Parts: sequence; structure tokens; C-alpha cells
Amino acid sequence: MARQVTKQRKIGMTVLAWAVGLLIFFPILWTFLTSFKTELTAISIPPQFMFFDWTTENYSTINSQANYFHFMANSIYLALGSTLLGLLFAIPAAWAMAFSPTPRTKDILLWMLSTKMLPAVGVYIPIYLLFINLGLLDSRFGLIVVLFLINLPIMVWMLYTYFKEIPVDILEAARMDGASLRQEITQVLTPMAVPGIASTVLLNVILAWNEAFWTLNLTTTDAAPLTAFIASYSSPQGNFYAKLSAASMLAIAPILVVGWFSQKQLVRGLTFGAVK
Amino acid sequence: MATQNTTKVARAMMAPSVIALLIWMIVPLAMTLYYSTLGYSLYNPISTPFVGLDNYTYFLTDPTFIAALTNTLVLVVGVLIITVGGGILIALLLDQDVYGVNVVRLLVIAPFFVMPTVAALVWKNMMMNPVYGVIGQAMSGLGLAPIDWMTDVPLTSIIIIVAWQWLPFATLILLTSLQSLSADQKEAAEMDGAGALSIFWYITLPHMSRAITVVVLIQTIFLLSIFAEILVTTNGGPGSQSTNITYLVYQQAISFGDIGAASAGGIVAVILANIVAIFLIKAIGKNLDA
Amino acid sequence: MGKIQLQSVTKAFGGVKVIPDLDLDIENGEFVVFVGPSGCGKSTLLRLIAGLEDTTSGTISIDGKDATHLPPAQRRLAMVFQSYALYPHMSVRKNIAFPLKMAGRNKQEIDKRVDNAAKILNLADYIDRRPGQLSGGQRQRVAIGRAIVREPAAFLFDEPLSNLDAALRVGMRLEISELHQRLKTTMIYVTHDQVEAMTMADKIVVLRAGNIEQVGSPLELYTKPRNTFVAGFIGSPKMNLMGGSDAKSHNADMIGVRPEHIDLSQSEGQWKGEVKVSEHLGSDTFLHVQTSDHSEPLTVRAGGEFPVHAGDTVYMTPQQDKIHRFDGKGLALR
Ligand SMILES: Nc1ncnc2c1ncn2[C@@H]1O[C@H](COP(=O)(O)OP(=O)(O)O)[C@@H](O)[C@H]1O
Ligand SMILES: [Mg+2]
Repeated sequence: MARQVTKQRKIGMTVLAWAVGLLIFFPILWTFLTSFKTELTAISIPPQFMFFDWTTENYSTINSQANYFHFMANSIYLALGSTLLGLLFAIPAAWAMAFSPTPRTKDILLWMLSTKMLPAVGVYIPIYLLFINLGLLDSRFGLIVVLFLINLPIMVWMLYTYFKEIPVDILEAARMDGASLRQEITQVLTPMAVPGIASTVLLNVILAWNEAFWTLNLTTTDAAPLTAFIASYSSPQGNFYAKLSAASMLAIAPILVVGWFSQKQLVRGLTFGAVK
Repeated sequence: MATQNTTKVARAMMAPSVIALLIWMIVPLAMTLYYSTLGYSLYNPISTPFVGLDNYTYFLTDPTFIAALTNTLVLVVGVLIITVGGGILIALLLDQDVYGVNVVRLLVIAPFFVMPTVAALVWKNMMMNPVYGVIGQAMSGLGLAPIDWMTDVPLTSIIIIVAWQWLPFATLILLTSLQSLSADQKEAAEMDGAGALSIFWYITLPHMSRAITVVVLIQTIFLLSIFAEILVTTNGGPGSQSTNITYLVYQQAISFGDIGAASAGGIVAVILANIVAIFLIKAIGKNLDA
Repeated sequence: MGKIQLQSVTKAFGGVKVIPDLDLDIENGEFVVFVGPSGCGKSTLLRLIAGLEDTTSGTISIDGKDATHLPPAQRRLAMVFQSYALYPHMSVRKNIAFPLKMAGRNKQEIDKRVDNAAKILNLADYIDRRPGQLSGGQRQRVAIGRAIVREPAAFLFDEPLSNLDAALRVGMRLEISELHQRLKTTMIYVTHDQVEAMTMADKIVVLRAGNIEQVGSPLELYTKPRNTFVAGFIGSPKMNLMGGSDAKSHNADMIGVRPEHIDLSQSEGQWKGEVKVSEHLGSDTFLHVQTSDHSEPLTVRAGGEFPVHAGDTVYMTPQQDKIHRFDGKGLALR
């Protein structure tokens, strides 16, 4: 009897959970479907759900607009560039904080975090003017540096929480075994921290890919990534739903996959280790 | 672990990050502060007289500022209520024994990975367009008059879009916290005769309180500076109905070329964010000791 | 070679002096055990010798050369950690080879030495496994293997057996002792377990709050404890300590008698008391006897088959030549 109730309950909960899940996912699903419609089907009344003539013409149209891949390349370039630069700075810093803490380490960590809370508009004007003066406006290099700086606190924090879980004994053992500092980091710490470093990289690629203040305000064309490319669709009116959908899918698909794979680590990264 | 040698090395390894962030924080902020005291227009960049606090007076007494401040608060609070409330409910749902829960989870968290410009445009055009949007068509189908979301209820529309993006974040974190609640505790309460509702109220909710705090604080930081969603949907309008502080500063600088006033606005935004940040730092700092 | 000397070594963490002022000589080839209660500074002292911590003052020399400021890698010491500290991402072979690789030895020599160590430690069957796939005892052997391939001037062990279960602990204790016999290299071994100290050491250093209470061979510490702390710490079960009239009659402020140095009788003796608990260990029986003369029960060793039970009355007489006398400060009177 009790079993039956549990079973019914489970089915009920399953239906409810799937309904909620699909509702939340619906805009993405709809975009996906629309991207395979013709512009005309895309705005047909009533809307066609699944049973339309699927076409990939939107994707080939975007494909043939060579500059779509220019934006895509910029997105990749910015996300990877800022993340690599970030690793270069953050790994040593997190190493120092995790394994050679001083009474001030905690304060420094919190201070780093506080820079993350500086609203972009607070520093927007000088950065904008500075970029104009230095000729960095619409340059990938300038934007990489900015993205690197806004994500550096998160990288240090994430790596710090991962490094903290590595027993210091092992590093000391390496030191006793004659490893130099560089060997200690490259041959012992880094291999052990690979999972942590990987999730840090993933989170930062996601954040950089989706960043939509600086990428919109410091670029025009040359360095503009997908965020800006998609934003350019906001002005023209008319029959462009299908192409907008295809462009959107191309812009979000890679990061969606990355995000799905790293959901566990995201929690930790985004809450600065406060929730594990 | 602490020999003088390692301490010295540690300091050297921390230095690049600390210096980079120090420069990133102090230099532009000082410049913003400086510009905020100048009468500085992009249209007349030659003359930048010192005007004291005039920019602040101008910015703070501008009726648009009051509107933007109100909009900012409504936006933050509205999104927080939807995401935290919805997040708790969905987390509770996903914590149940459900067929295919892993897939449902992927569906639920997906919006978080959608870049803001895509999210905003998809909603604006394909969901909320009064004629072609799915919502409009559904409403017509039900015999209701469709709403022109971006014109009639611009702020609400933006709240919905932003809440959609952040609901996964809240859900994911609350779910993680929920799953760290030991079954023992719930079972002990059940043995003590507690019903489902009292278990939620006296055990589950207190257990999640830390996660809820973290969600609220972190989201607030990001929500205070919502930008792209407004830029690609309403442009802050109609009028200033959906302008928040961030967008107002952007307008001052780009549309009006008023660097002085925009800088003053930037400083105001910094102060607002700092008020929130103090609480966040405290909450996270406490956790560092634990 | 492996002669280690500590002169006026002190160590403070922040303002807290963990090692107040310490001199110690460790001879080449000796098996020295640092023993003392938890938190007394044993690990700190070992880490100072290893170079993992800086001394606050004083000098440490190894083989006559000042090593106070040498980094750990240059001290030619090998350490076995309580947690084993194996490299989890490397196979047993790579773990053991690591120090040789760091020293830039050629592959042939590395292989030869690793195989040799694996043979000594019975690790050959596991050589390609990762540490995560090994039992506690096997991990411990790998850690030792990693230490011996380097042929260090001295081995440092920090409570290496405390994560093992009781049976394994006895086995590994023997293995380490045998290893010392075989290699004849200096070993410094930290433990809080006085049984380990007594069974393994050539020389025991008893520490309390960073101070050396006594240095000596196990037998010396057992027969001639310098003070009541050492008397109470060395030997199991603990020595019975008593003051009052018993002490007075021996011209002391305190006397001590070990449980094994009290003669038991069911009819007559110096002290009379009631058996509270009797612990039968098979070969021995320990009785906890409450007398009217002492506030604490006395512990007495009886033969394996001494026929008493809780509640029985027994008589006890200390062996006069085995009585330890202490003055008001707890120092032994000789
Ligand atoms: N890195 C450190 N910082 C501050 N205090 C420490 C540190 N390491 C050890 N101590 C303190 O020094 C004392 C001795 O510690 P330790 O040498 O580990 O003791 P043992 O190994 O004998 O148990 C303890 O009180 C401990 O709290
Ligand atoms: Mg210790």
C-alpha cells in the first residue's frame, strides 16, 4: 500500500518536474526550433511547433556571411585569452595564499573579492577615455586585459579553495625530495589540482564569453565578439526571427555544453566557496 | 610550511595579482572621482572647468535619477523575489525522487549559460512580441488581448527576462545546499513526529539560510549593474520607465556626452554597490573561518 | 654519515614559544625517538631539522656543517609523513623514483634503485598501482621506499604508524627496526606512543612543552627516570606515584613504584586494599586496588593466573630496591 503511494507520488513529481523544466527551457527550445524554419514559417500564425519543413538555410546564410565567424573568433579569442592570462596570474597567487598563508591572507582575499563588486559604470568613463587615448578601443588586446581583470578575483578564489584541499604534506614531501619551487608547482601541485584548474577555466570561459558590458562598450567591429554581434540584431525590424535564432544558437551552444558539464563546479566558483 | 624563504616567495607570487587589481581598482576610480568634479562634455573637451559638486547636484536632482534609482531597486527586488522563491520551490522539486532528474536539471540550468544579449533578444522578439511572440499568440488563442510588453510594461518585461537568466543560479545553489542536508536530520525529525511542512520550516529552511543569503548577495551585485538586457530591448524607455542607474550613466556619457555627470553617477553606483558589498564580504568572510 | 646537532634552538609561532631552548646531539647511525604527549612540539622539532620551518634562533648542523639556513632539499634528509604524503597522481614506481628524478639521476640508475627498494619493502607486486589503490600498510611502505632510495644522511619519521590499525602497527614497527639494522643510517622517529619509543629506540628524547625532560636509552629511562614526568610517561601501565607518609619514610616528597615491582599476597603486606577492577591480559593481570592510605587506586601486576576478583582484599609490598624517590620539584633523588 505504502509502496503504491510512493510510486504514484514519484510519477506525480516527475510530471511536475518535467513540466517546470520544459517551461524554463522553452525559450531555448523555441529558438532552436525557429532556427530551422524559414523566415515565413517563423512568424506564421498559429506558430508551428515541430511539424514544419526543417531547413538549415539560416545556418548556411550565417555561414556565408563570413563576418559571423569573425565575431565567433573574437569570442573564442577573448574567452581563452583572458582565461589564460588569468591562470598565469592566479595560480601563483592562489598557491601562495593556500600554502603559505600569513595573518593578512584572508584580508587580501576579501579585498580581491571586493574589487569584483565595483560596478562597471564606476570605472567605465576613465577606461573608455583611456582606451580612446591609447588606441585600444575596439582592440582585442585591450578587451582581454579588461576581462582578465574583472575575472581575476574569481579565479584566485576558486583556485584557492581547490588548492586548500591539497594536503600541504605532499608539497613538503616534494620539497624534501629535492624539488625546486618550480618543480613543486609544475610536477606535484598542478597535476593534483588539474580538476580544480579545469573548473576554474570552464567558469571563466563562460563568464568571459557572456560578458556584456565591456564587450558592448569597448568594441565596434574589429574586436566585437558574439555578444555585440547578437546585439546588432536589436535594431532592424522585420523578418529576421529565423536568422536571429540560428545566430543565437551558434552563440550559445558551445557555452551551454560547457556549462552543462561543469554545473557542480559552477556552484562553488560562483559562491566563492561559500556553498559546496 | 613557513620558512622565511617560502614566505618571501609567496609574497612575490601574490604580487602580480595584487598589483594588477590594485591598479584596476584605484586608478580608474580616482579618475572617475576627478572627472565627477569637472564640467566635462565630449562635445567640448577643450574646456573642463572645475565645478565642485555641481555634477552630483545635477545628477541627484535630475528626475530621471530618482526614476532610475527606483527602477534599479524594483528590478533588483523583483528579480530576487522571483529567483529565490522559485529557486526554493524548484530545488525542493528536484530534490525529490524523480525519473530523469539529471535531464530536468540540465533543462533548468540552461538559461544561465545564455549570453545576456541573446536572452534579451529571444524574449523580446520570440516570446514577448505582441503579434508574433509565443506569449502573444497564446493569449490571442485564449481570446485575450495580447500585451505589448516592451511598451506597456517595460520594467516588468526586463524583470522577467533577467529573472529567467538568474533562476538557474538560485536553483542550482539552493539545490546544492539542500542536498548537503543529512537524511539523518530529516529522519530524526520524522521520528519526532514532525510533518512535511514543519520539517521544511524548522529544518530545511534554516539549513538553506546561508545559501539563500549568498544567492541574494551575489545576485544583487550582478543585478545592480544590469545593462545589456536594457540596451537591446527597451533602450531604457519608453521615457525613462526602464532606465536603471547603470544605463543612465551610460546614456549620460554616450548619448549626452556629459562625462562629468556620468562620472558622478558612476560614483553614486559605486556607493550603492558598496553598501551591498559590505554585507556580502561579511557573510563570506565568516565562512572563511568555518 | 648522519650526525645532527642542535644548539640553543628555539622556535616561536607568532608570540608563542613552542621550543624554548634546546640542545641535542644525535650520533651517526643512531635510532633516536622523540616522545611526548600530543602538542609538546615533537613535529615542530622534526620540521626544524628537516628545514620545513625556520628556527627562531640557534643553529642546526648536519655532519658538522651549519645547516640552519639550508633549504630542505639540500639537507640530505628524507622524511616519512604521518599522512604518508604520497603523490596521488603518480604510480608507486614514480613515487619512489621522484627524489632520484629531482636529483637528476639517469634512468638506468633510477630503475635499479627503485626495483631494489621495492624488493626490500615487498612492493614489487604493486609497483604500477596508484597510492589510492593501496592499503594503509602498503602506502606506508611506499613512503619509506621513497625515503630510502635517496640514501639520505638521516631519516625523519613523524608518527608514521599512527594511521595504521594495531596489528599492522606492530608489524611495521618491526620492519622499520629491521630497516635500521640493515641500513645503519641515522633515524629520528617521532611518536606519542611510549611503547614504540621503548621498543625501537637506541636513544629516547622525552619532550614536554618543547623542553627536553630526559635523554637516554630505553633502559635508562625505565630504571632511572630523571623526574616524575618521565617516570609517569615511560612504562605501561604507569608508575604508581605517592606522597605522604610513604614518601616520608623514604626521605622523599614523592615516591614511585612500577606496577610490576609490587609483590602481591592474599595474606600479608605493607598496604592493604580492595580490588576495584582486574584486567586480564592473558600473560599478565593488572589489578586496580584502592587502599585506605592512598587517594588514587594503585596499579599492580599480578601473574597471569593470580586468583582474585573485584571486591577481594589483597596485600601489597613494594620491592625496596625498585622504589624511585623524588624531591618537592619532582626531580629524582639518587
Ligand atoms: N604553524 C604553526 N603555527 C602556530 N602554531 C603552531 C604551528 N605548528 C604547531 N604549532 C603549535 O605548536 C605546538 C606544538 O605542535 P607540534 O609540534 O605539532 O606538536 P606534536 O607534534 O608534539 O603533537 C602546538 O601547541 C601547536 O599548536
Ligand atoms: Mg605531531
